[in-house]
Amino acid sequence: MSAIPFFVAAPRLSRRAAALGAALLLASPWAAASDEAPDAFIRRLSESVLKTLREDPAIQTGDVKRIMAVVDDQIMPSVNFTRMTASATGPGWRRATPEQRQRLQTEFKTLLVHTYAGALKQVKNQTVEVLPLRGKPTDAEVLVRTLVRGGSEPIQLDYRLERTPGQGSGWKIHDLNVLGVWLVDNYLPQFSSQVNAKGIDGLIQSLAERNRANAGGQ
Amino acid sequence: MKPLTPWMRAPRLALMAAALALSACASAPPGAQPDPRDPLESYNRSMYQINQAVDQAVLVPVSKAYNQVLPQPVRTGASNFFTNLGDAWSFVNNVLQAKPEPALSSLWRVLVNTTLGLGGVLDPATEMRLTRYREDFGQTLGYWGVPAGPYLVLPLLGPSSLRDTAALPVDWYGHPISFVDNVRWRNSLIAMRFLETRASLLGVSELMQQAALDPYAFERDAYLQKRRNDVYDGNPPSSAERYDLEEPQTAPTGPEDQK
Repeated sequence: MSAIPFFVAAPRLSRRAAALGAALLLASPWAAASDEAPDAFIRRLSESVLKTLREDPAIQTGDVKRIMAVVDDQIMPSVNFTRMTASATGPGWRRATPEQRQRLQTEFKTLLVHTYAGALKQVKNQTVEVLPLRGKPTDAEVLVRTLVRGGSEPIQLDYRLERTPGQGSGWKIHDLNVLGVWLVDNYLPQFSSQVNAKGIDGLIQSLAERNRANAGGQ
Repeated sequence: MKPLTPWMRAPRLALMAAALALSACASAPPGAQPDPRDPLESYNRSMYQINQAVDQAVLVPVSKAYNQVLPQPVRTGASNFFTNLGDAWSFVNNVLQAKPEPALSSLWRVLVNTTLGLGGVLDPATEMRLTRYREDFGQTLGYWGVPAGPYLVLPLLGPSSLRDTAALPVDWYGHPISFVDNVRWRNSLIAMRFLETRASLLGVSELMQQAALDPYAFERDAYLQKRRNDVYDGNPPSSAERYDLEEPQTAPTGPEDQK
Protein backbone atom coordinates (compact mmCIF):
# COMPACT_ATOMS: atom_id res chain seq x y z
CA MET A 1 0.00 0.00 0.00
CA SER A 2 1.35 3.38 -0.86
CA ALA A 3 1.49 6.21 1.62
CA ILE A 4 -0.78 8.58 -0.29
CA PRO A 5 -4.23 7.37 0.79
CA PHE A 6 -3.33 7.92 4.43
CA PHE A 7 -2.62 11.58 3.86
CA VAL A 8 -5.64 12.11 1.70
CA ALA A 9 -7.64 10.50 4.46
CA ALA A 10 -6.09 12.57 7.24
CA PRO A 11 -8.29 15.69 6.96
CA ARG A 12 -11.38 13.53 6.62
CA LEU A 13 -10.37 11.59 9.72
CA SER A 14 -9.81 14.73 11.73
CA ARG A 15 -13.21 16.07 10.71
CA ARG A 16 -14.75 12.84 11.85
CA ALA A 17 -12.79 13.03 15.11
CA ALA A 18 -14.02 16.58 15.61
CA ALA A 19 -17.61 15.56 14.99
CA LEU A 20 -17.23 12.65 17.38
CA GLY A 21 -15.60 14.94 19.90
CA ALA A 22 -18.42 17.44 19.63
CA ALA A 23 -20.98 14.68 20.07
CA LEU A 24 -19.23 13.29 23.15
CA LEU A 25 -18.85 16.76 24.56
CA LEU A 26 -22.56 17.50 24.19
CA ALA A 27 -23.39 14.19 25.79
CA SER A 28 -21.05 14.77 28.73
CA PRO A 29 -22.77 16.06 31.84
CA TRP A 30 -19.74 18.19 32.86
CA ALA A 31 -19.41 20.26 29.74
CA ALA A 32 -21.14 23.60 29.54
CA ALA A 33 -23.39 23.93 26.52
CA SER A 34 -21.15 26.54 24.85
CA ASP A 35 -17.90 24.55 25.15
CA GLU A 36 -16.16 23.57 21.92
CA ALA A 37 -14.25 20.41 21.20
CA PRO A 38 -10.54 21.08 21.88
CA ASP A 39 -9.43 20.49 18.30
CA ALA A 40 -12.25 22.66 16.93
CA PHE A 41 -11.16 25.40 19.33
CA ILE A 42 -7.53 25.24 18.10
CA ARG A 43 -8.62 25.22 14.46
CA ARG A 44 -10.85 28.28 14.94
CA LEU A 45 -8.18 30.16 16.92
CA SER A 46 -5.37 29.36 14.42
CA GLU A 47 -7.46 30.36 11.44
CA SER A 48 -8.58 33.66 12.91
CA VAL A 49 -5.04 34.57 14.06
CA LEU A 50 -3.53 33.62 10.67
CA LYS A 51 -6.15 35.75 8.92
CA THR A 52 -5.34 38.76 11.12
CA LEU A 53 -1.58 38.35 10.60
CA ARG A 54 -1.95 38.05 6.86
CA GLU A 55 -4.20 41.07 6.49
CA ASP A 56 -2.48 43.52 8.81
CA PRO A 57 0.18 45.61 7.00
CA ALA A 58 1.69 46.82 10.31
CA ILE A 59 2.44 43.22 11.35
CA GLN A 60 4.04 42.45 8.00
CA THR A 61 6.55 45.23 8.71
CA GLY A 62 7.28 43.78 12.16
CA ASP A 63 5.62 46.49 14.28
CA VAL A 64 6.04 45.01 17.77
CA LYS A 65 3.40 47.31 19.35
CA ARG A 66 0.81 46.14 16.86
CA ILE A 67 1.79 42.51 17.33
CA MET A 68 1.47 42.95 21.09
CA ALA A 69 -2.04 44.36 20.60
CA VAL A 70 -3.06 41.37 18.49
CA VAL A 71 -1.57 38.99 21.07
CA ASP A 72 -3.51 40.72 23.87
CA ASP A 73 -6.80 40.83 21.95
CA GLN A 74 -6.85 37.49 20.21
CA ILE A 75 -4.43 35.10 21.86
CA MET A 76 -4.17 35.92 25.57
CA PRO A 77 -7.89 35.32 26.34
CA SER A 78 -7.30 31.72 25.23
CA VAL A 79 -4.10 31.22 27.23
CA ASN A 80 -3.63 30.43 30.91
CA PHE A 81 -0.52 32.57 31.01
CA THR A 82 -0.26 32.41 34.79
CA ARG A 83 0.13 28.65 34.59
CA MET A 84 2.57 28.96 31.68
CA THR A 85 4.80 31.45 33.56
CA ALA A 86 4.56 29.43 36.77
CA SER A 87 5.63 26.24 35.01
CA ALA A 88 8.56 28.03 33.39
CA THR A 89 9.65 29.60 36.69
CA GLY A 90 9.56 26.39 38.68
CA PRO A 91 9.25 25.96 42.47
CA GLY A 92 10.28 29.58 43.07
CA TRP A 93 6.82 30.64 41.83
CA ARG A 94 5.19 29.45 45.05
CA ARG A 95 7.37 31.81 47.11
CA ALA A 96 6.80 34.84 44.84
CA THR A 97 4.54 37.71 45.94
CA PRO A 98 1.52 38.68 43.79
CA GLU A 99 3.43 41.75 42.50
CA GLN A 100 6.45 39.63 41.55
CA ARG A 101 4.18 37.15 39.76
CA GLN A 102 2.57 39.99 37.83
CA ARG A 103 5.93 41.46 36.78
CA LEU A 104 7.27 38.03 35.79
CA GLN A 105 4.28 37.50 33.52
CA THR A 106 4.66 40.94 31.94
CA GLU A 107 8.38 40.48 31.21
CA PHE A 108 7.94 36.90 29.99
CA LYS A 109 5.17 37.94 27.63
CA THR A 110 7.31 40.77 26.23
CA LEU A 111 10.18 38.33 25.69
CA LEU A 112 7.96 35.86 23.84
CA VAL A 113 6.28 38.48 21.67
CA HIS A 114 9.67 39.90 20.68
CA THR A 115 10.99 36.45 19.93
CA TYR A 116 8.08 35.45 17.74
CA ALA A 117 7.63 38.84 16.04
CA GLY A 118 10.12 37.86 13.32
CA ALA A 119 8.33 34.58 12.62
CA LEU A 120 4.87 36.21 12.54
CA LYS A 121 6.14 38.64 9.90
CA GLN A 122 6.69 35.74 7.55
CA VAL A 123 3.10 34.50 7.67
CA LYS A 124 1.80 34.40 4.13
CA ASN A 125 -0.28 31.56 2.75
CA GLN A 126 0.14 29.06 5.56
CA THR A 127 -2.69 26.73 6.48
CA VAL A 128 -3.17 24.77 9.67
CA GLU A 129 -4.06 21.11 9.67
CA VAL A 130 -5.37 19.85 13.00
CA LEU A 131 -4.40 16.21 13.49
CA PRO A 132 -6.89 13.66 14.85
CA LEU A 133 -7.37 14.02 18.58
CA ARG A 134 -5.99 11.25 20.75
CA GLY A 135 -7.51 10.74 24.16
CA LYS A 136 -11.04 11.61 25.11
CA PRO A 137 -12.56 15.09 24.67
CA THR A 138 -13.84 14.72 28.24
CA ASP A 139 -10.26 14.72 29.61
CA ALA A 140 -9.28 17.68 31.80
CA GLU A 141 -5.98 18.03 29.92
CA VAL A 142 -5.74 17.51 26.18
CA LEU A 143 -2.90 17.57 23.67
CA VAL A 144 -3.88 19.04 20.29
CA ARG A 145 -1.38 18.47 17.50
CA THR A 146 -1.27 20.55 14.34
CA LEU A 147 0.86 20.92 11.26
CA VAL A 148 1.40 24.34 9.69
CA ARG A 149 1.69 23.87 5.95
CA GLY A 150 2.91 26.37 3.41
CA GLY A 151 6.70 26.13 3.49
CA SER A 152 8.79 23.33 2.04
CA GLU A 153 8.22 21.21 5.11
CA PRO A 154 5.23 21.17 7.49
CA ILE A 155 5.95 22.74 10.88
CA GLN A 156 4.92 20.75 13.95
CA LEU A 157 2.93 23.00 16.31
CA ASP A 158 1.28 21.34 19.30
CA TYR A 159 -0.73 22.75 22.19
CA ARG A 160 -1.45 21.56 25.71
CA LEU A 161 -4.93 22.60 26.76
CA GLU A 162 -6.74 22.54 30.07
CA ARG A 163 -10.47 22.41 30.46
CA THR A 164 -12.03 25.62 31.77
CA PRO A 165 -15.74 24.79 31.87
CA GLY A 166 -18.00 27.71 31.06
CA GLN A 167 -15.09 30.11 30.45
CA GLY A 168 -14.71 31.31 26.87
CA SER A 169 -14.62 28.31 24.59
CA GLY A 170 -14.08 25.93 27.49
CA TRP A 171 -10.33 25.47 26.88
CA LYS A 172 -7.14 27.38 27.60
CA ILE A 173 -3.65 26.81 26.22
CA HIS A 174 -0.89 26.45 28.79
CA ASP A 175 2.07 25.24 26.74
CA LEU A 176 3.05 25.00 23.11
CA ASN A 177 5.52 23.00 21.13
CA VAL A 178 7.27 24.33 18.04
CA LEU A 179 9.11 21.66 16.00
CA GLY A 180 9.39 19.36 18.98
CA VAL A 181 10.53 21.88 21.58
CA TRP A 182 8.09 22.67 24.39
CA LEU A 183 8.27 26.30 25.38
CA VAL A 184 7.92 25.80 29.13
CA ASP A 185 10.42 22.93 29.28
CA ASN A 186 12.94 25.04 27.44
CA TYR A 187 12.72 28.02 29.78
CA LEU A 188 12.47 26.10 33.06
CA PRO A 189 16.19 25.26 33.52
CA GLN A 190 17.28 28.83 32.75
CA PHE A 191 14.61 30.46 34.91
CA SER A 192 15.08 28.15 37.87
CA SER A 193 18.86 28.57 37.81
CA GLN A 194 18.36 32.36 37.89
CA VAL A 195 15.95 31.99 40.80
CA ASN A 196 18.39 29.74 42.67
CA ALA A 197 21.25 32.18 42.14
CA LYS A 198 19.55 35.56 42.51
CA GLY A 199 15.98 35.01 43.66
CA ILE A 200 12.73 35.96 41.91
CA ASP A 201 13.78 39.62 41.68
CA GLY A 202 17.00 38.54 39.98
CA LEU A 203 15.02 36.62 37.37
CA ILE A 204 12.70 39.59 36.78
CA GLN A 205 15.73 41.83 36.38
CA SER A 206 17.45 39.49 33.91
CA LEU A 207 14.28 39.26 31.84
CA ALA A 208 13.86 43.04 31.87
CA GLU A 209 17.49 43.48 30.72
CA ARG A 210 17.05 40.93 27.94
CA ASN A 211 13.89 42.74 26.80
CA ARG A 212 15.63 46.13 26.83
CA ALA A 213 18.49 44.71 24.73
CA ASN A 214 16.03 43.15 22.27
CA ALA A 215 14.08 46.39 21.93
CA GLY A 216 17.30 48.36 21.35
CA GLY A 217 18.42 45.97 18.64
CA GLN A 218 15.32 46.60 16.53
CA MET B 1 18.10 17.57 12.57
CA LYS B 2 20.21 16.80 9.61
CA PRO B 3 22.95 14.28 10.18
CA LEU B 4 26.08 16.37 10.33
CA THR B 5 29.36 15.38 8.90
CA PRO B 6 32.81 15.07 10.40
CA TRP B 7 34.83 18.00 9.30
CA MET B 8 38.54 18.34 8.65
CA ARG B 9 40.20 16.15 11.25
CA ALA B 10 43.33 18.11 12.14
CA PRO B 11 41.74 21.45 13.10
CA ARG B 12 39.14 19.48 15.01
CA LEU B 13 41.80 17.86 17.18
CA ALA B 14 43.48 21.21 17.70
CA LEU B 15 40.18 22.73 18.80
CA MET B 16 39.51 19.81 21.08
CA ALA B 17 42.87 20.31 22.76
CA ALA B 18 42.26 24.03 23.06
CA ALA B 19 38.86 23.37 24.57
CA LEU B 20 40.22 20.94 27.12
CA ALA B 21 42.85 23.49 28.07
CA LEU B 22 40.18 26.15 28.46
CA SER B 23 37.73 23.98 30.32
CA ALA B 24 39.42 24.73 33.60
CA CYS B 25 38.43 28.39 33.44
CA ALA B 26 34.95 28.30 31.89
CA SER B 27 32.02 27.56 34.13
CA ALA B 28 28.26 27.75 34.58
CA PRO B 29 26.66 30.94 36.01
CA PRO B 30 27.26 31.21 39.77
CA GLY B 31 24.65 29.49 41.89
CA ALA B 32 23.44 27.25 39.09
CA GLN B 33 22.86 23.65 40.04
CA PRO B 34 24.58 21.01 37.95
CA ASP B 35 22.24 19.49 35.39
CA PRO B 36 22.20 15.68 35.56
CA ARG B 37 21.94 15.49 31.75
CA ASP B 38 25.08 17.60 31.36
CA PRO B 39 27.91 16.24 33.50
CA LEU B 40 30.49 17.67 31.08
CA GLU B 41 29.07 21.17 31.35
CA SER B 42 32.36 23.00 31.87
CA TYR B 43 33.98 21.35 28.82
CA ASN B 44 30.78 21.86 26.84
CA ARG B 45 30.59 25.54 27.73
CA SER B 46 34.17 26.13 26.55
CA MET B 47 33.52 24.29 23.31
CA TYR B 48 30.33 26.30 22.90
CA GLN B 49 32.37 29.52 23.31
CA ILE B 50 34.90 28.38 20.71
CA ASN B 51 32.14 27.36 18.29
CA GLN B 52 30.47 30.74 18.80
CA ALA B 53 33.73 32.53 18.06
CA VAL B 54 34.42 30.51 14.90
CA ASP B 55 30.80 30.91 13.89
CA GLN B 56 30.82 34.69 14.26
CA ALA B 57 34.25 35.12 12.67
CA VAL B 58 33.91 32.76 9.71
CA LEU B 59 30.64 30.92 9.24
CA VAL B 60 28.19 33.80 9.69
CA PRO B 61 29.93 36.13 7.19
CA VAL B 62 30.35 33.30 4.66
CA SER B 63 26.73 32.19 5.10
CA LYS B 64 25.49 35.75 4.68
CA ALA B 65 27.56 36.07 1.51
CA TYR B 66 26.12 32.75 0.30
CA ASN B 67 22.60 34.10 0.87
CA GLN B 68 23.42 37.36 -0.88
CA VAL B 69 25.33 36.03 -3.87
CA LEU B 70 23.04 33.15 -4.78
CA PRO B 71 19.44 33.98 -5.76
CA GLN B 72 16.65 32.30 -3.81
CA PRO B 73 15.77 29.70 -6.51
CA VAL B 74 19.38 28.48 -6.61
CA ARG B 75 19.52 28.19 -2.82
CA THR B 76 16.20 26.33 -2.77
CA GLY B 77 17.54 23.99 -5.43
CA ALA B 78 20.71 23.32 -3.43
CA SER B 79 18.68 22.75 -0.29
CA ASN B 80 16.31 20.37 -2.12
CA PHE B 81 19.25 18.46 -3.59
CA PHE B 82 20.84 17.77 -0.20
CA THR B 83 17.49 17.08 1.41
CA ASN B 84 16.77 14.46 -1.25
CA LEU B 85 20.05 12.71 -0.45
CA GLY B 86 19.06 12.91 3.22
CA ASP B 87 15.67 11.33 2.43
CA ALA B 88 17.46 8.29 1.01
CA TRP B 89 19.25 7.83 4.34
CA SER B 90 15.96 8.47 6.19
CA PHE B 91 14.47 5.60 4.19
CA VAL B 92 17.21 3.25 5.43
CA ASN B 93 16.67 4.36 9.02
CA ASN B 94 12.89 4.03 8.79
CA VAL B 95 13.46 0.46 7.61
CA LEU B 96 15.88 -0.11 10.51
CA GLN B 97 13.17 1.15 12.86
CA ALA B 98 10.59 -1.16 11.28
CA LYS B 99 8.28 1.69 10.30
CA PRO B 100 6.75 0.56 7.00
CA GLU B 101 4.61 3.59 6.24
CA PRO B 102 7.30 6.29 6.81
CA ALA B 103 9.78 4.04 4.96
CA LEU B 104 7.50 3.84 1.93
CA SER B 105 6.85 7.56 2.03
CA SER B 106 10.61 8.28 2.13
CA LEU B 107 11.27 5.84 -0.68
CA TRP B 108 8.58 7.42 -2.86
CA ARG B 109 9.96 10.87 -2.07
CA VAL B 110 13.42 9.88 -3.30
CA LEU B 111 12.06 8.14 -6.40
CA VAL B 112 9.79 11.05 -7.33
CA ASN B 113 12.29 13.80 -6.59
CA THR B 114 15.22 12.07 -8.26
CA THR B 115 13.29 11.51 -11.48
CA LEU B 116 10.53 14.12 -11.84
CA GLY B 117 12.50 16.51 -9.61
CA LEU B 118 15.57 16.41 -11.90
CA GLY B 119 17.98 14.73 -9.54
CA GLY B 120 16.44 16.28 -6.43
CA VAL B 121 16.79 19.94 -7.35
CA LEU B 122 13.00 20.28 -7.46
CA ASP B 123 10.68 18.91 -4.82
CA PRO B 124 7.49 17.60 -6.48
CA ALA B 125 7.12 14.99 -3.70
CA THR B 126 6.12 17.70 -1.24
CA GLU B 127 3.52 18.99 -3.71
CA MET B 128 2.18 15.45 -3.82
CA ARG B 129 1.92 15.56 -0.03
CA LEU B 130 4.41 12.78 0.48
CA THR B 131 5.51 13.62 4.00
CA ARG B 132 9.18 13.69 4.91
CA TYR B 133 10.10 11.55 7.92
CA ARG B 134 13.61 12.61 8.83
CA GLU B 135 15.41 9.80 10.61
CA ASP B 136 19.10 9.37 11.29
CA PHE B 137 21.08 6.62 12.98
CA GLY B 138 21.03 8.40 16.36
CA GLN B 139 17.23 8.29 16.26
CA THR B 140 17.34 4.64 15.23
CA LEU B 141 19.50 3.84 18.27
CA GLY B 142 17.09 5.88 20.44
CA TYR B 143 14.12 4.03 18.99
CA TRP B 144 15.59 0.71 20.06
CA GLY B 145 16.16 2.00 23.56
CA VAL B 146 19.67 3.45 23.62
CA PRO B 147 19.55 6.45 26.01
CA ALA B 148 20.88 9.81 24.81
CA GLY B 149 23.64 9.81 27.45
CA PRO B 150 25.50 12.96 28.46
CA TYR B 151 25.06 16.11 26.40
CA LEU B 152 28.12 16.83 24.28
CA VAL B 153 29.09 19.93 22.30
CA LEU B 154 31.16 18.89 19.29
CA PRO B 155 33.76 21.12 17.64
CA LEU B 156 32.08 23.04 14.78
CA LEU B 157 29.13 20.65 14.65
CA GLY B 158 27.67 21.96 17.92
CA PRO B 159 25.05 20.25 20.08
CA SER B 160 25.07 16.47 20.30
CA SER B 161 24.87 13.69 22.83
CA LEU B 162 27.05 10.66 23.48
CA ARG B 163 24.61 8.45 21.57
CA ASP B 164 24.29 10.82 18.62
CA THR B 165 28.06 11.29 18.45
CA ALA B 166 28.55 7.52 18.38
CA ALA B 167 25.98 7.35 15.56
CA LEU B 168 27.71 10.06 13.48
CA PRO B 169 30.22 7.78 11.70
CA VAL B 170 27.35 5.50 10.63
CA ASP B 171 25.36 8.48 9.38
CA TRP B 172 28.46 9.60 7.56
CA TYR B 173 29.14 6.27 5.83
CA GLY B 174 25.46 5.69 5.06
CA HIS B 175 24.82 9.09 3.53
CA PRO B 176 24.76 9.06 -0.30
CA ILE B 177 27.48 11.76 -0.46
CA SER B 178 30.03 9.24 0.82
CA PHE B 179 29.40 7.11 -2.28
CA VAL B 180 30.87 9.83 -4.49
CA ASP B 181 34.23 8.39 -5.59
CA ASN B 182 35.95 11.57 -6.75
CA VAL B 183 37.53 13.03 -3.62
CA ARG B 184 37.45 16.61 -4.81
CA TRP B 185 33.79 16.39 -5.75
CA ARG B 186 32.95 14.67 -2.49
CA ASN B 187 34.71 17.28 -0.38
CA SER B 188 33.12 20.11 -2.33
CA LEU B 189 29.69 18.55 -1.78
CA ILE B 190 30.37 18.18 1.93
CA ALA B 191 31.52 21.80 2.24
CA MET B 192 28.54 22.98 0.22
CA ARG B 193 26.14 21.00 2.38
CA PHE B 194 27.70 22.36 5.57
CA LEU B 195 27.43 25.92 4.26
CA GLU B 196 23.88 25.43 3.01
CA THR B 197 22.82 24.10 6.43
CA ARG B 198 24.47 26.98 8.29
CA ALA B 199 22.99 29.59 5.94
CA SER B 200 19.52 28.17 6.40
CA LEU B 201 19.96 28.46 10.18
CA LEU B 202 21.00 32.14 10.22
CA GLY B 203 17.55 33.23 11.36
CA VAL B 204 17.38 30.55 14.05
CA SER B 205 20.72 31.43 15.62
CA GLU B 206 19.82 35.13 15.79
CA LEU B 207 16.49 34.27 17.38
CA MET B 208 18.18 32.01 19.92
CA GLN B 209 20.39 34.87 21.10
CA GLN B 210 17.32 37.08 21.58
CA ALA B 211 15.08 34.53 23.23
CA ALA B 212 17.46 33.15 25.83
CA LEU B 213 18.73 34.31 29.21
CA ASP B 214 21.53 31.76 28.88
CA PRO B 215 22.00 30.86 25.18
CA TYR B 216 24.13 27.80 26.05
CA ALA B 217 21.40 26.30 28.24
CA PHE B 218 18.73 27.26 25.71
CA GLU B 219 20.55 25.47 22.89
CA ARG B 220 21.25 22.42 25.06
CA ASP B 221 17.68 22.06 26.28
CA ALA B 222 16.26 22.65 22.82
CA TYR B 223 18.58 20.01 21.35
CA LEU B 224 17.84 17.37 23.99
CA GLN B 225 14.09 18.01 23.77
CA LYS B 226 14.08 18.01 20.00
CA ARG B 227 15.98 14.73 19.78
CA ARG B 228 13.70 13.13 22.35
CA ASN B 229 10.72 14.39 20.39
CA ASP B 230 12.19 12.95 17.19
CA VAL B 231 12.83 9.57 18.78
CA TYR B 232 9.19 9.46 19.92
CA ASP B 233 8.02 10.73 16.50
CA GLY B 234 6.58 13.94 17.88
CA ASN B 235 4.78 12.48 20.88
CA PRO B 236 7.08 11.93 23.86
CA PRO B 237 5.57 11.08 27.26
CA SER B 238 5.51 14.02 29.61
CA SER B 239 4.84 14.89 33.22
CA ALA B 240 5.01 18.54 34.19
CA GLU B 241 4.44 19.90 37.65
CA ARG B 242 1.79 22.52 38.33
CA TYR B 243 3.74 25.28 40.07
CA ASP B 244 0.76 27.64 39.85
CA LEU B 245 -1.07 25.38 42.32
CA GLU B 246 -0.21 25.52 46.02
CA GLU B 247 0.33 21.83 46.74
CA PRO B 248 2.77 19.84 44.63
CA GLN B 249 0.80 17.54 42.40
CA THR B 250 1.51 15.97 39.07
CA ALA B 251 -0.75 17.09 36.31
CA PRO B 252 -1.27 14.59 33.55
CA THR B 253 -0.53 16.54 30.43
CA GLY B 254 -0.92 14.20 27.50
CA PRO B 255 -3.46 11.62 26.53
CA GLU B 256 -0.80 8.94 26.83
CA ASP B 257 -0.62 9.57 30.58
CA GLN B 258 -4.26 8.82 31.03
CA LYS B 259 -4.46 5.36 29.53
